[in-house]
Amino acid sequence: MSDTAKDLHSEYMVINMGPSHPVTHGTVKFLLTLEGETIIDMKVDIGYLHRGFEKMCENGTWEQVIPYTDRLNYVSPLINNVGYALAVEKLIGIEAPQRCQYIRVIASELARISDHYTNVAASGLELGAFTAFLYFVEARELIWDLIEMLCGARVTANYVRIGGLKNDLPDGFKTKSRDVFKRCRELWADVDKLLTKNRIFIDRVRNVGVMPPEDAIAWGFTGPCLRACGIPYDVRKFHPYLVYDQMDFEVPVGETGDNFDRYLVRMEEINQSMRIVEQALDKMPTGPVNVDMPEYRWQSKDDISNRIESMIFHFKTVTEGIKPPAGEIYSAVEGANGELGFYLVSDGSGKPYKCRVRPPCFPLTAAMPKMVRGSFIADIIPTFDMINMIGGECDR
Amino acid sequence: MEANITTNKLSARFSDSIIETHSHRGDETLVVRKQDIQDICQFLRDDTELLYNFMMDLTAVDYLGQEPRFEVVYHLYSLAFNRRIRIKTRVSESDCSVDSIVSLWPSANWFEREVYDLYGITFKGHPELRRILLYEDFQGHPLRKDYPIKKRQPLIGPNC
Amino acid sequence: MVADLIESIVKILFIFGVNIGFFSPILGWVERKQSALMQDRVGANRADIFGYTLIGLFHPIADAIKVLTKEDFIPDGADRLIHTLAPFISLTPAIVAFAVIPFGGQYELFGHRVNLIIADLDVGLLFVFAFASLASFGAVLAGWSSNNNWSFLGGLRASAQMLSYEVVMGLNIIGVIMVYGTLRLSEIGAMQVNFFDWGIFLQPVGFVLFFTCAIAENKRAPFDVAEAESELVAGYFTEYSGLKFVMFWMGEFLEIVTIGGLVTTMFFGAWHLPFVSDQMLLNFFRFAGPNGAAILAILVNIITFFTKVIFFIWLQMTIRWTLPRFRYDQVMRLGWKMFLPIALINIFITGLVILVK
Repeated sequence: MSDTAKDLHSEYMVINMGPSHPVTHGTVKFLLTLEGETIIDMKVDIGYLHRGFEKMCENGTWEQVIPYTDRLNYVSPLINNVGYALAVEKLIGIEAPQRCQYIRVIASELARISDHYTNVAASGLELGAFTAFLYFVEARELIWDLIEMLCGARVTANYVRIGGLKNDLPDGFKTKSRDVFKRCRELWADVDKLLTKNRIFIDRVRNVGVMPPEDAIAWGFTGPCLRACGIPYDVRKFHPYLVYDQMDFEVPVGETGDNFDRYLVRMEEINQSMRIVEQALDKMPTGPVNVDMPEYRWQSKDDISNRIESMIFHFKTVTEGIKPPAGEIYSAVEGANGELGFYLVSDGSGKPYKCRVRPPCFPLTAAMPKMVRGSFIADIIPTFDMINMIGGECDR
Repeated sequence: MEANITTNKLSARFSDSIIETHSHRGDETLVVRKQDIQDICQFLRDDTELLYNFMMDLTAVDYLGQEPRFEVVYHLYSLAFNRRIRIKTRVSESDCSVDSIVSLWPSANWFEREVYDLYGITFKGHPELRRILLYEDFQGHPLRKDYPIKKRQPLIGPNC
Repeated sequence: MVADLIESIVKILFIFGVNIGFFSPILGWVERKQSALMQDRVGANRADIFGYTLIGLFHPIADAIKVLTKEDFIPDGADRLIHTLAPFISLTPAIVAFAVIPFGGQYELFGHRVNLIIADLDVGLLFVFAFASLASFGAVLAGWSSNNNWSFLGGLRASAQMLSYEVVMGLNIIGVIMVYGTLRLSEIGAMQVNFFDWGIFLQPVGFVLFFTCAIAENKRAPFDVAEAESELVAGYFTEYSGLKFVMFWMGEFLEIVTIGGLVTTMFFGAWHLPFVSDQMLLNFFRFAGPNGAAILAILVNIITFFTKVIFFIWLQMTIRWTLPRFRYDQVMRLGWKMFLPIALINIFITGLVILVK
């Protein structure tokens, strides 16, 4: 080093990116140490959206947890519903009827599509591709229309119940979903044209935020970010739940584990999810959607009014909550971001003794410093977008 | 039976440290001695017939009124054999600490911080054990069963 | 003498009116509406007077009222003087640069020779460049004086980017100067009477490079790294509000117009219709008498010129709403490693062609 360089007074710039910064949607703080534009070090501070999910769950009944799960990953609430209901059913030791399982698959995949739309669109937006963003927002609106038709709400679905569903599939859902998917595929093709072969977009995401497969495993990556590294781990394939083993779909994997692969994996998963929904709609059996166990699932209004057992159990489950036998289970579903696990402990009472969520984006966010250290400040944006950190899920 | 390979191998290797096992609803569970947790995790990760390479989840449960009071729960997953296992270790309130496994899985870093934050269990050897979801001046550990749900925290900030 | 003065005042008022009174408010509306069209949206249509929304055309008025009533905010620890001065430095060059751009030919009107350019400088192109480089001070000073890290980073980026792209832009222009042999923009315009003498045919590479560099110089997407809202909040004007913020905004819009004017003048035949010379226009309008013919020809010139300008404004807007943003180092690499060599080769080839001819 020359003397001039030594004499030259220079110091690192320490700068707060967030908690209120355009890129930190979901409220997170990056404490950056910069040398010019290069990131020397980064510290991630989360917790700005902490609401005490577990504490709330422990103080309500098992049924009352379901609306809380809507607020975990608020771009794919239906998957959280399904994951929680499956976990409690595993704890009880029951299985939902076939028709219910098909509808749950449809619900999960619709949620996954809307999540991936949001994610890809938002990353386009933050890289300056505003038009691609609005194309996918339109597609997401259409998917939300379907979700609204299904359960009456667009975002906070609160649809799945322990041992069943709030309601059966509405009439005309199949026809409507066919129209929606047709338009969604057109929009998908538009965005594909705007981004996938766009040199500027590729330059921004290619070889940025690279995570080698072994590191990704060690850091606890799951979901699209892990599959982008070339590891085809998908809970739907490895531990088939519901009726995923009867569905014909592929798990797209990437090669390098950079942001571009994460983008491509998500784009392809949108198509695969649509395939799953269409298959499920075709194969849908008839039958009830709720288990016939009044101690766990409310009976129909008609039964409650006319049958004494139903009435008694309705009264008991509403006032005391359902009572799964004591025990502990871990149940995982493939969330939009990765493995969404529920670790439940029951002491046999009407309230969960412990209701732990394994948030998929929590370890992803933890790996942010590793992925961006040494790269440019502008590389934070695609990396942070592609890990798809959802504040409600990460901070709980 | 294939599902029991893990239990068998661990029993053979660490016969003293396994306190109890069960498999409720098919979830293999081992309760192990606290001081061996790091060795057991390393063995589970590196043994060629086990290869539990994912540290999926790490949390704790507060069994207030029991002794030892806390359980730290590890969920491991083996990609190669598609197997899951739950390892639990019991931590008493008087010696509220357990060895950190950050050196084995970097993903444990934030999970351990979260357990420290919400339960007050310290992890020995953790590189940066500070609160993660709550703020530094928060008093108490809210997921302990004796933390009152309506407790008010003192106001903090420059104007207080 | 008096006629000269009147002529100058009329021309200045005309260009000033067109730029400040028409383009800068209307471009805000155009940007909203065009992006809405491209993105399957409705766009701005809420502001109304007595229930009439007039496809959102009242929005500029609503904007003006909003901006004028906003608090003029100067952050703690900012350099008050420079903080206030920066938007002026940014806006003025954008207005002034248009003075040397011709919007029509030369005509005999009431015995007075009218030259449709405000200042027919013999160093017109250099004048434009001088003022364009002054504009970069606005960004740099704004970024530095705001006492905000994000502004500072934005200012740094802006200065580096504008300086590098000025070099490339200057080298592109050399090709044009070599072909036409003058720096006077009115002469460059006059030489493009013949359709196949338009700059786009003589300097196709020069056009593409110049247009790209000009967008980069103006710091609009995909080159808006200096104000990249997802990275640097708003870059160098993070700490600006109210009228001062709008001055940066107007400066950007006026530069769009200036770029459109420059591109039209140098590469797209200036005020000429294809295959139609000024003399042909005068002959065509012979029925209106000599003065009437001149006035009509002037009108045709102005309409032709501004139609072309509006086309290039539209093109810039379309680019801005289609492409994502470059990364800072990629912008630099593009400028120095791609455009600069191409510009040099372009000069070399132009020189060879001139030599052979």
